Amino acid sequence: MTEILNKLTLYWQYPFVRYALAVGVLISLCSSLLGVTLVLKRFSFIGDGLSHVAFGAMAIASVLHFTNDMPLVLLITILSAVALLRTGQNAKIKGDAAVAMISVGALAVGYLLMNLFTPSGNLSGDVCSTLFGSTSILTLTKTEVRLCAVLSVIVVAAFVFFYHKVFAVTFDESFAAATGVKTKVYNFIIAVIIAVIIVLAMNLVGSLLISALVIFPALSAMRVFRSFRSVTICSAVFSVFCSLLGILISILAGTPVGSTIVAADIVMFFVFSAFGAFMGGVHA
Amino acid sequence: MALITCQNLCLGYDGREILHDLSFEVNSGDYLCIVGENGSGKSTLMRTILGLQRPLAGQILTGDGLRVSEIGYLPQQTPVQKDFPASVREVVLSGFEGKCGWRPFYTKAEKQQAEENIRAMGIEALSRRCYRELSGGQQQRVLLARALCATSKLLFLDEPVSGLDPRVTAEMYELIEKLNKEQSITIIMISHDIAAALRYASHILHIGDRVFFGTNAAYQESGIGTVFMKGGDVL
Ligand SMILES: Nc1ncnc2c1ncn2[C@@H]1O[C@H](COP(=O)(O)OP(=O)(O)OP(=O)(O)O)[C@@H](O)[C@H]1O
Ligand SMILES: [Mg+2]
Repeated sequence: MTEILNKLTLYWQYPFVRYALAVGVLISLCSSLLGVTLVLKRFSFIGDGLSHVAFGAMAIASVLHFTNDMPLVLLITILSAVALLRTGQNAKIKGDAAVAMISVGALAVGYLLMNLFTPSGNLSGDVCSTLFGSTSILTLTKTEVRLCAVLSVIVVAAFVFFYHKVFAVTFDESFAAATGVKTKVYNFIIAVIIAVIIVLAMNLVGSLLISALVIFPALSAMRVFRSFRSVTICSAVFSVFCSLLGILISILAGTPVGSTIVAADIVMFFVFSAFGAFMGGVHA
Repeated sequence: MALITCQNLCLGYDGREILHDLSFEVNSGDYLCIVGENGSGKSTLMRTILGLQRPLAGQILTGDGLRVSEIGYLPQQTPVQKDFPASVREVVLSGFEGKCGWRPFYTKAEKQQAEENIRAMGIEALSRRCYRELSGGQQQRVLLARALCATSKLLFLDEPVSGLDPRVTAEMYELIEKLNKEQSITIIMISHDIAAALRYASHILHIGDRVFFGTNAAYQESGIGTVFMKGGDVL
């Protein structure tokens, strides 16, 4: 035990470890907030699709030799989020197909571009880290940490500000529309927030594992709690806890950050499921 | 000008018409009951007036400075996700969202009003329960409380008493009448309870093979409803 503590204090002196923890907490907080909405609106597939789009955008940015690829990736992902949510509303089945097309297309083109234009021999390493976020969180620069922090604060603030509206639009969209809630505007805002979250979360777990970060906290909290507010708070705490645990374990054991976090999510999901089944739900 | 004026409305889905050339108007303080057989297009008409779907032809005009945020609505069916976590209180409060505009939180007065509406529906014991774990009738009462929160001028009710037990049904009608008389809230209600419609409504809109719009008394004289009414004892 003391050995682990010593090791942790040692690591704590490295700025990149502190950055990783700070960014991990912020990103996991953000990604858990809209989880309930995504799961319930059957939007979780959009999260998946968007992360692939973000991967493609990242490939383009790296081919163009951008020093900071975040703004471009953010822009492309937000545009796709808005487009996908639009099609998803107009025609349900076609919406699904559109998501599949865009996401797989972006993945393929992204890989192709990286393959064609990356001079370094470590292509599979690059691709792997973009897909699984294996090392990226430990190599964050100060600017990236700042950008992450600012975006996270904006996301959390926006969520708090729009919390009741998100509930109204998610629970019963047609009632909301009939009684004067600007559902189109709020759906648009939700789409933008989702896109920002996806781009943020890519830094933490890579584009293939983002859905896990968004969905696991919400599903776990829903096993135990029965009101929107308690589920939201619980999934935020759940997500932050699992990310911290995952990052610490990955540092100590030398495992890839993203997949360790997701593994922690999975374990806690089963704990919550068992607890929920045992309690039959907490009415709070 | 009337609160709502419908002119030459044609309603339907995917170009298939179910209602042709319907015109009527609703004035402030009216209590309109819409009656007609299953599938005659009552809910479709209500959804169209609420702007949730477009008419195939014709137009809907609003007057008296009516704003959407003054409208309450009880849908016939609410397709709520099977495992949606929402407490009764959260659902009822969400009725105020249309009035909030950009304001992020509910006011104290709104919270009190929500409690009152919960009490009026006799569901205070359920207010911390999860919405989807309630019985059908209990859910209906929650949605009624939500509709009351949203209403300040006009209340749309799509079969408000379906699924309610007789005692609550009677209370429900009394409450609606009180809203109409004391707070002069305009009521537009779809109902299969023809006896209650004839007892409370000021105007009747009958849709189906034959269409009628007029005052309650004129409807009873016209005899259009008689066939419907004879069978109506069981409805
Ligand atoms: N989403 C839809 N798409 C296509 N047709 C529809 C749709 N909803 C309803 N219809 C059709 O429109 C007609 C009118 O439906 P509506 O729900 O308005 O009837 P209603 O008068 O409210 O009946 P009820 O008394 O059973 O509630 C029906 O024939 C129905 O089949
Ligand atoms: Mg109907």
